[in-house]
Amino acid sequence: MNRHNLSLIAVAVVLVVVSLVVGSRREGAEFAGADGQAMAAATALHPDYQPWFKPVWEPPSGEVASLLFALQAALGAGVLGYYLGFKRGQSRQRQPDRVDAGD
Amino acid sequence: MHIAEGFLPPLHAAVWTAVSLPLVIISAHRVNRLMQDQPQIKLLLAASGAFAFVLSALKLPSVTGSCSHATGTGLGAILFGPSVMALLGTIVLLFQALLLAHGGLTTLGANVFSMAIVGPWVAYGILRGTQGLNAPLAMSVFLAAMLGDMATYTVTAGQLALAFPDPASGILGSFIKFMGVFAPTQLPLAVIEGLLTVVIVNLLRQYSQDELRDLQAFPRWLAAEAR
Repeated sequence: MNRHNLSLIAVAVVLVVVSLVVGSRREGAEFAGADGQAMAAATALHPDYQPWFKPVWEPPSGEVASLLFALQAALGAGVLGYYLGFKRGQSRQRQPDRVDAGD
Repeated sequence: MHIAEGFLPPLHAAVWTAVSLPLVIISAHRVNRLMQDQPQIKLLLAASGAFAFVLSALKLPSVTGSCSHATGTGLGAILFGPSVMALLGTIVLLFQALLLAHGGLTTLGANVFSMAIVGPWVAYGILRGTQGLNAPLAMSVFLAAMLGDMATYTVTAGQLALAFPDPASGILGSFIKFMGVFAPTQLPLAVIEGLLTVVIVNLLRQYSQDELRDLQAFPRWLAAEAR
């Protein structure tokens, strides 16, 4: 991982932290989902609208939902990490003396 | 950008499904052909889908005091072309609709249209456009991923506005209202998506030149590299 990438990741982390700090100073900040807020806005515009279809299955609790979200992220990160590690090893084998120059 | 299950009237749900379905089928054919013609890029295709899987699972806090998530569909769009992402995005949305009650089956067509079709096409268009203007590759990639993300949420706001027009100010007034919910929350997250996409592309430039060459993903950068 070169220095350039580390600084890009650092900026992303700073953005998240600043968002969290700035956001929590807002009145009524609960960090609810924007998707949910949009559905609430839709209901506010048309109070008589009834969702006509229910989710086929819902996680029975917030814990189970967080398990599945964590699983989704872990699967994605696992595959992505496998790919990048594989390619790094491959290119290191090809040019053993050059590849780590950027690290 | 996940419109919840049952939250589009049946006619709207049917129309968005009818619009998205043929594009997802075309996408499946493209993916199939790509894997037959260039089996060596399978792993990169999986990694691009995985990137969308991670980013759309992470609910990030935003300056507005609410949370939202990135889409992660820009990366695959600029590597493989936008039509490939319709299938990969649909897989992500289906996982969330079936296992997380996030989004839904009746709204799948609309959500696929915003996240897996318009977002990737905008990202691809921005990449090609800015590369044509000789922008540095990192700048192009950043803008492509960021604006693709914003485009997805703009489409969602439009879809909701069409289904729920403001009784007083109509579809436009309603669109402005929904954009007011999404845009300020999404902006910092779109920047984060742009930054992370640049990180991945930087790593690909370092370690995956062979695949980038096979895909002719960034022709101008490849030409400069070959010189």
